[in-house]
Amino acid sequence: MTIEEIQNEIISEFDMFNDWTEKYEYIIDLGKSLPVIKTKYKTQENIIRGCQSKVWLYAENIDNKLIFTADSDAIITKGIIAILIRTFSNQSAEEIINAKTDFVEKIGLKEHLSQTRANGLSSMIKQIKLYAVAYSNK
Amino acid sequence: MKDTGFNIDSIRNDFPILNSKVNGKQLVYLDNAATTQTPKVVIDSIVSYYSSLNSNIHRGAHYLSQKATEAYEQARKKFQKHLNAKSSNEIIFTSGTTHSINLVANGFINLLNSGDEIIVSHLEHHSNIVPWQMLCEKTGAIMRVIPMNEKGELVLSEYEKLLSNKTKVVFVNHVSNALGTINPIKEIIIKAHEFGAAVLIDGAQALPHFKADVIDLDVDFYVGSAHKIYGPTGVGILYGKEKWLNKIPPYQGGGEMIDEVTFEKTTYAKLPNKFEAGTPNIAGVIASGVAIDYINKIGFENIAKRETELLDYATKKLLEIDEIKIYGDSSNKTSVISFNIGSIHPYDIGSIIDNEGIAVRTGHHCAQPIMDYFNISGTIRISLSFYNTIEEIDSLINSIMVAKKMLS
Repeated sequence: MTIEEIQNEIISEFDMFNDWTEKYEYIIDLGKSLPVIKTKYKTQENIIRGCQSKVWLYAENIDNKLIFTADSDAIITKGIIAILIRTFSNQSAEEIINAKTDFVEKIGLKEHLSQTRANGLSSMIKQIKLYAVAYSNK
Repeated sequence: MKDTGFNIDSIRNDFPILNSKVNGKQLVYLDNAATTQTPKVVIDSIVSYYSSLNSNIHRGAHYLSQKATEAYEQARKKFQKHLNAKSSNEIIFTSGTTHSINLVANGFINLLNSGDEIIVSHLEHHSNIVPWQMLCEKTGAIMRVIPMNEKGELVLSEYEKLLSNKTKVVFVNHVSNALGTINPIKEIIIKAHEFGAAVLIDGAQALPHFKADVIDLDVDFYVGSAHKIYGPTGVGILYGKEKWLNKIPPYQGGGEMIDEVTFEKTTYAKLPNKFEAGTPNIAGVIASGVAIDYINKIGFENIAKRETELLDYATKKLLEIDEIKIYGDSSNKTSVISFNIGSIHPYDIGSIIDNEGIAVRTGHHCAQPIMDYFNISGTIRISLSFYNTIEEIDSLINSIMVAKKMLS
C-alpha cells in the first residue's frame, strides 16, 4: 500500500469512533502492537527530545525500504508513534520525504501537534523524515 | 463538605474564563501554579488603558503621558505597600520572575571572585538555578546545594554546614512550585546574614497564597510574577534593598535608565529607573496593581482558609485511589498536590483527563532535580486557587478513575 492509502485507511478507522474514549482506547491498543525497538538501539542518541514522555526511534534500510522501530514510556505516545510507523515504515525514503502529514489532523490528533513542550508528535514526524533524508543521500 | 466561607458564586463570576468549555466540557482549571486566571477588573483595566490612557511614560509633557506615568507609579506604590517595602525605589518592574532573577544574578558578576560560594536549594525551579550557574561560569564561583528529605522539605542542619565566610549569595524559593512546600526562609535569611551573604527569595509560588513582609523577613531580594497573582503575563516584580540595588550595575542599557548620555560616557538614572530600560509593560503593570487590590479585597485570611479546605479535601479524595503516591507531604505546604498513580506515565493521565476539560500540569515542572531525587520522570500536579470548588475536585477524581481504568 502507498503511504496515502494507509493514511486513508487510518482516517476511515478513526471516523468510526463516536467519542474520545473510543479513540483513546484504540490508540492505547495500537501502542501495545508497536514494533518495539531493539534494546541495543534504545540509546540516548535515538531519543526524540520532548518534555514529557521519552520516545526512542530507530530506522533501518532493508531492500531500499525504511523499517522503523520505536518505544516510549507513555502508552498514549506509544500509540501515536505506532500510527506513524504503520504509515511510514516499509516505504522508500523518497516516498517518506514526499508524503503529506495532514492526516494527523484528520484523525483528531491535532492537539498533539501543537508547539507545546508537552508532546513530541511533530518532532516524531520530523525525525522520521530526517531518517528518510539521511538514507536517500547514502 | 460544603463550600463555606465566602460567596464562591460571586467570586467565580469575576473570572470570565472559568465559565468556558474546553473539548465540549466545562473547564476545570487546576493549573493555578502555572498561571492564575484573570478577574474581569484586571482585564477591564487593560482595555481601559488602551482605550483612554495609552502613551509613553516618564517623558512626554502632554496630558496622557502624565496620566499614564501617574497610574504606572501608583502601581509601584501598591506593590511597595503590599510587600511592606520602605521605599517605592525598591520596587523594580521586570517581565517576570525569571527576568528578575537574571537581573540580580547578572548584578553579582563583578561582586564575586573565583572560589566564592553561592548556595541554592534542591527544591528550586530551573529559573532559580540556571541564571546562577551562568554566574558561576563567568566568575569561577562554586554552587552548593541545600539537600531535601523524603517529605520534600529542606534539611536545614545541612544548610548550616554549607555556610561559611566564602558564601556570598543564597537563593531559595519561598514555596516549591513542584511540591508546594513552604520553606523556612526567615531562618535561612538569618543564618545567611550571619556570614554576610545576600539572600534572594523566589516568591513566585508564595505571593498567590500569603503576604510576604520584606522588612520582617529582612530579605535582600524578593521576586515574583504578576500572572501568578491574578494579574497579566509579562510583568515581574523585583524587590531589592536600596543598598543592594545601588550596588549592582544596570542589567540592560537603553532609554529610561539613563541620566545623561554622551558618546564618551553615560551616567545612569537613579532607582528604580536604573533597572527599567526601554518602554515597560505599562498596561500590564497598571493591571497588576489592580490585581493586588483584587486579592487584598478578598483577603489573605479568606484565601488561606478556603485553599486549606480545598487542599485537605483533594488530598483525602486522592489518597482513596489505589496505588497513588503523593510527592511532598510537608505539613507546611500550599494548595499544590504532586502525584503519580502506580506505574502510569503522568502524560497519559494528563492527556486523557484533558478530554474531560480538566487542566492539570504534567511533567517535571521545570524542577528536574526534585524528580531525580524521587527517581521519577515527572508527576501530575494539581494546584488549587480560592476560586476552585469541591465539585471540581470531584470531577477531577472521576476523570482520573476513568483514565486509570483505560490505562491499566
